[in-house]
Amino acid sequence: MTASRFWQISIWILVLALAIAAPWAFYNYHTGRQSGFVISMLSQMGMMSILALSYNMLLGQAGLFSLCHATFFGIGGYATIHFLNMASAGSLPLPMELIPLLSGLSGLGLAIVLGYIATKQRATAFAMITLGIGELMVTSALMFQHFFGGEGGVNTNRMIGRSLFGLTYAQGIQVYYLILAWTLLSALAMFFLTMTPLGRMANASRDNFERVQFVGYDPRMVRFFQFALSGLFAGIGGGLYAITYEIVTFDALAAPLSANALLMAYIGGSASFGGPILGAVLITLLQSGVSLMSNSWLVYVGVLFISMVIFAPSGIMGLVTAHGPIVRGGQLGRLAVPYIRVLVPGILMVAGFVGLVELTSFLTIGAAQGKSLVLFGNKIDVHATLPWLSAAVCLLGGGFWLRLEARSFRRVWEGLMQGLKPQRSVA
Amino acid sequence: MSDAALALKNVGKAFGNLEIIRGVSLDIARGERHAIIGPNGAGKTTLFNLISGRFRISSGEILLNDVRIDGLPPHKINRMGLSRSFQITSIFHRLSVFENLRCALLWSMGYRYSFWTPLWLQRELTARTDAMLEDLNLTPRRDTAAGLLSYADQRALEIGMTIAGGASVILLDEPTAGMSNSETDNAVALIRRVSKGKTLLMVEHDMKVVFDLADVITVLVYGQVIASGPPHIVRANPAVQEAYLGALDAA
Ligand SMILES: Nc1ncnc2c1ncn2[C@@H]1O[C@H](COP(=O)(O)OP(=O)(O)OP(=O)(O)O)[C@@H](O)[C@H]1O
Ligand SMILES: [Mg+2]
Repeated sequence: MTASRFWQISIWILVLALAIAAPWAFYNYHTGRQSGFVISMLSQMGMMSILALSYNMLLGQAGLFSLCHATFFGIGGYATIHFLNMASAGSLPLPMELIPLLSGLSGLGLAIVLGYIATKQRATAFAMITLGIGELMVTSALMFQHFFGGEGGVNTNRMIGRSLFGLTYAQGIQVYYLILAWTLLSALAMFFLTMTPLGRMANASRDNFERVQFVGYDPRMVRFFQFALSGLFAGIGGGLYAITYEIVTFDALAAPLSANALLMAYIGGSASFGGPILGAVLITLLQSGVSLMSNSWLVYVGVLFISMVIFAPSGIMGLVTAHGPIVRGGQLGRLAVPYIRVLVPGILMVAGFVGLVELTSFLTIGAAQGKSLVLFGNKIDVHATLPWLSAAVCLLGGGFWLRLEARSFRRVWEGLMQGLKPQRSVA
Repeated sequence: MSDAALALKNVGKAFGNLEIIRGVSLDIARGERHAIIGPNGAGKTTLFNLISGRFRISSGEILLNDVRIDGLPPHKINRMGLSRSFQITSIFHRLSVFENLRCALLWSMGYRYSFWTPLWLQRELTARTDAMLEDLNLTPRRDTAAGLLSYADQRALEIGMTIAGGASVILLDEPTAGMSNSETDNAVALIRRVSKGKTLLMVEHDMKVVFDLADVITVLVYGQVIASGPPHIVRANPAVQEAYLGALDAA
């Protein structure tokens, strides 16, 4: 118990240290600056972590399937643009470091109003209402031009000239550390929430909403408070978004971002607290890294999501924690060979799949853009048979091979688990 | 104040035009241990659902300590001191046994929807939850997910969650169903212990348990009370034996 607690804390500290150090690993001595691309990717990871964690207050912790979470992220963003403009104009005497607090309050305010309606229901009806709310917000954004700025969105300049630490926030690195600080603060606060009466009753109503009523709680109020607080944190995330990009449009409010929040929380693992952070980092990597290399990055995200839903419904964190008993039993080494044996056909299969997707994409989009597919320095003719054939063989061959290996992997796994099972006491 | 902790006045319940409960009147005296028996499908669980607010009644009145509770939502009825258990175990299956009991204590200890109270610092709450665990013989299972408990342990937890909040009127729906003899003995001892000074209404099929525990027995058949009184009188009632056993045979 205490040993695993020790490891958990160590991992958290390690992650934080990595986040602090990461920009300096990409320091460019010629320009004397960190890589702008890396900084903006890391910043994105920070705000997406907040979004995913706050989404998981609903999905993983309260069992609420919301489809409008970006609404609160977006409203935090829009409001923050106006706060920054007010601050520049001198009518809001607040230092930059505290602006995200107002962003959060904007998210909270809207979540109280909309949550009052949405949380009347649970399960499917709740999901439907949130879907409607999301659509409603997009429409409102078009209607209320003053606040939302219409199609073009609203913009600002983040150099408001007021800071607790005398920072100008002219450089991305300063903004990144501001984001990191708020991400840390928000994550800690959300973690704290899981250990309060409300947090516990949210878990309880996720497991069995009916029984909650018979221990004196109104499950509707549990949903309401949880929803409102998740809006608070989403708003903070949106505020950081506004500060980073200095412009906020529909993208920060609309359904695709809500779907992203869901993807991140789910792929990372909604059953554990840290899972959504992992999901946010991974999706952001795919989004900014893979999207540079491939037009089809969304295909990969989609396929990843579907595979997770089918094969690993508890997400990546769930896969990791499933190894807990084996690690504690000191048997992890016994999985090394089986892992290599599934990895080889797995890579083959993925390579085949990627090959097919890229060939298709270069046949259509690529051709339109006048690009050509280059692999290991060789230009590949997307109209020839050989590339298609080899990709298909990799995919199918790898797939069949993987099935066989997966079966023997499962046998080894179950054997290990069986051996580790503590002796059950017979009553 | 009358001495009835719980009073049902001509309570009826229909699902569509199917009348399941047909004019049930009952007075449960304060401190009484009252058993409801009856064949399968007689409406015993439905009666519990009506009293605890899970279903709305179609007609009649239900009073808890002389206050009308029919029409109130379950959580309000619970806060007024009436707590029930479920025939089909209803627990928080992903939470640990400890968390399950703590959740059952939270409202009664005044925590409400607090999102600013760190639970790990609540000494009295923890102590009372641990005492509860001890009382239920579940201490060795403290950190086990409730969904992974053995059937008997889940039933014990179900009872524990029902009584944890300190309700004065307790409704237990077949607490010993599906238990072995020794498990039943444990459960009976537990119920006897925890129902001290409280009003207990229980549905039970095991006649040994019924005659062991109950001060008063009510026989429900097809949604109607056909007899109610002390065990020896009800047992001797030929109409009861006729209806009860006859219906059992038919089932
Ligand atoms: N929600 C419902 N809708 C329609 N009919 C219902 C509903 N709930 C219960 N019933 C019917 O009411 C009748 C009584 O059911 P109930 O569960 O109250 O019986 P019971 O006396 O508890 O039986 P058992 O001993 O099997 O637990 C049954 O015929 C059942 O089908
Ligand atoms: Mg029943």
